[in-house]
Amino acid sequence: MTDSPQDDLIVAAPETVAPIEALRDKGPDAPPRSKWKDVWAQFRKHRGAMIGAFFLMLITFGVLLGPYLWTLDAQKLDIRAKDMRPIYTALWNPEAKTGWNHPLGSDQLGRDNLAQLIAGGRASMAVGWAAMLLSLIIGTGVGVVAGFFKRLDGPLMRLTDLFLSLPILPLLLVAVTLFRQPLRANFGPEGGMFILIVAVVGITSWMPTARIVRGDVLALKEREFVLAARSIGTRPFAIIRRHLLPNVLSPIMVSATLGLATAIITESALSFLGVGFPSDFPTWGKMLADAVARMEDYPERVVLPGIAISLTVLGVNYLGDGLRDALDPRIRGR
Amino acid sequence: MLTFAVRRLLLSIPTLLFISFVIFMLLQLAPGDPMAQVPLTVPPDVKEKMRQALGLGEPPLVQYWKWLVQVFWTEPKIFIDWLTRDSFLLGWLPDTHLYQNELRVLSWQTRSPVMDIVLQRLPQTLWVVGLSYIVGILIALPIGIYSAYRQYSVFDQAGTFVTMVGFSIPPFFTGPLLIVIFSVYLGWFPSIYDTTHVVNDWDSFTVQLRQMVMPIMVLALQTTAQLSRYMRASMLDNLGQDYVRTARAKGLSEAIVVMVHVLRNSMIPVVTVIALGVPAIFGGAIITENVFKVNGIGQLLLTALFANDLPMVMTLTFIFAFLIVTFNLIADVLYGLLDPRIRYD
Repeated sequence: MTDSPQDDLIVAAPETVAPIEALRDKGPDAPPRSKWKDVWAQFRKHRGAMIGAFFLMLITFGVLLGPYLWTLDAQKLDIRAKDMRPIYTALWNPEAKTGWNHPLGSDQLGRDNLAQLIAGGRASMAVGWAAMLLSLIIGTGVGVVAGFFKRLDGPLMRLTDLFLSLPILPLLLVAVTLFRQPLRANFGPEGGMFILIVAVVGITSWMPTARIVRGDVLALKEREFVLAARSIGTRPFAIIRRHLLPNVLSPIMVSATLGLATAIITESALSFLGVGFPSDFPTWGKMLADAVARMEDYPERVVLPGIAISLTVLGVNYLGDGLRDALDPRIRGR
Repeated sequence: MLTFAVRRLLLSIPTLLFISFVIFMLLQLAPGDPMAQVPLTVPPDVKEKMRQALGLGEPPLVQYWKWLVQVFWTEPKIFIDWLTRDSFLLGWLPDTHLYQNELRVLSWQTRSPVMDIVLQRLPQTLWVVGLSYIVGILIALPIGIYSAYRQYSVFDQAGTFVTMVGFSIPPFFTGPLLIVIFSVYLGWFPSIYDTTHVVNDWDSFTVQLRQMVMPIMVLALQTTAQLSRYMRASMLDNLGQDYVRTARAKGLSEAIVVMVHVLRNSMIPVVTVIALGVPAIFGGAIITENVFKVNGIGQLLLTALFANDLPMVMTLTFIFAFLIVTFNLIADVLYGLLDPRIRYD
């Protein structure tokens, strides 16, 4: 035995040593959390995103279930009850022509505003979702192919640059005015217009998604798990489906929200300029455009569809903001 | 840097040619007939001659070639002639007389050269949309800087909300809304922009100012919303960097740290975003010009489209594409010039 303290320690150790606090646990305190649970927890902290998501769901269910609750036909003309004001106008103007049969008033042909708002919302949301999905499919496809197959990268990215340098709104107007007649003849006035607007908006808005997805795929492709998958003989398309696509889901979801917002605004803008759906088919943009001529007497007909468009887009944008924060692992940890 | 710029410049020529070809072929599919308004009493052979006079009888590729020659050869000659004859800058040079009455791109609506009409309309658009862009930048930058400096403060929350609202409300709603509030209820501003108004004294100047307020408000809201988000994000990226701590540790005042060190670095991406937005000044105000009846380029395109005036639509769309390609190039070069870390090789 020496007097050195090290020796004491060695001798004393077997009786007194106790694992430090963190090592004493038999198992983890909480069950392991999945990624999506973490994402949800972070998303719930973003108050704007929660309100936005709630509002988007409210509007979606409102326009889906609305026609069953408010059964009035949006296109039914009731010329005796034309130019009615919303019911709340009676609060400050008792002489105003109001009534519970048309709670939000009626237009110059006696069509019910509430029913038109619901029907218009259906059209706007349908166009928005369909155009967003189309642009996502094109964008993801181009991005994944360009990132994964080196030979196609150059040409596809040049194509993306080319599309990015096209003047979008003028071209949209040109395309819609040019192809309106043939498509209407083949698919009916509403169906043809729906196909046209969805196709045109989808084809002109996929470029940001493609760029983001390509960048992510380029980085992911060099990671070990892709190498491992390749080394056991996984085919390229299986690698894309099983290993790459799930990993680029987050940027795709974020650009999906942006795409939905742009698609709704573009459809309304086209309707506003008078090249959208046919005149008897209500959409929010069309209602707004029709009401502009009479907005001095009936401002609510401009304001109601305008608020509907703006709140929907605002909700979608906040949802996208929250999703971006929630899906970013660097922010999520904090 | 120079090789990069030259290479991009050369690459933009085939891009522009391809874009113009795509637009031209798209317009060839147009179902409308420019002869549709001609009375039925006009005999078919005369109609055919009128068609030939509009340049419609040739095959599409020949038409495209002629359009290219007119835009890239005849119009520059006229421009050079104008430069050496009437312009202030180069008027002292001898008159060139390059233009020998070749056929120019003619509008089918007015039968006058498209470029002349564009030049007539350009001042209105530049005044309204250009000024709104400047106003938007001047509002957006301070908001972005301050809300990044005081992140999560009340000002930042309010600023983020306002920019989000500006981002979400489309111009075809803000326009009528402003008209309802300021023209109908308050009666402060006229709802229609009078392009024939001549400014020659103080009173007419105030009239001009008042009619410009609302379109500028609508357009500036959009610019502000986009730019202040960029500015805020870019400032936030830089505020956490080590060089900021070094600057503070050196004892520099907070004003110098933020307004000189951080701001100069954060401006790099913002300047390129500003450059990228310039083409929208010329083409993006179609809706706002339509709402306030500004007689500008966007409105010209819209009326030309509805009137089936294909040469006008073709030339205008090409001008927009040209501006977009040019300013993309300028933005890339600016980025490299401002940020020495960026190397294009």
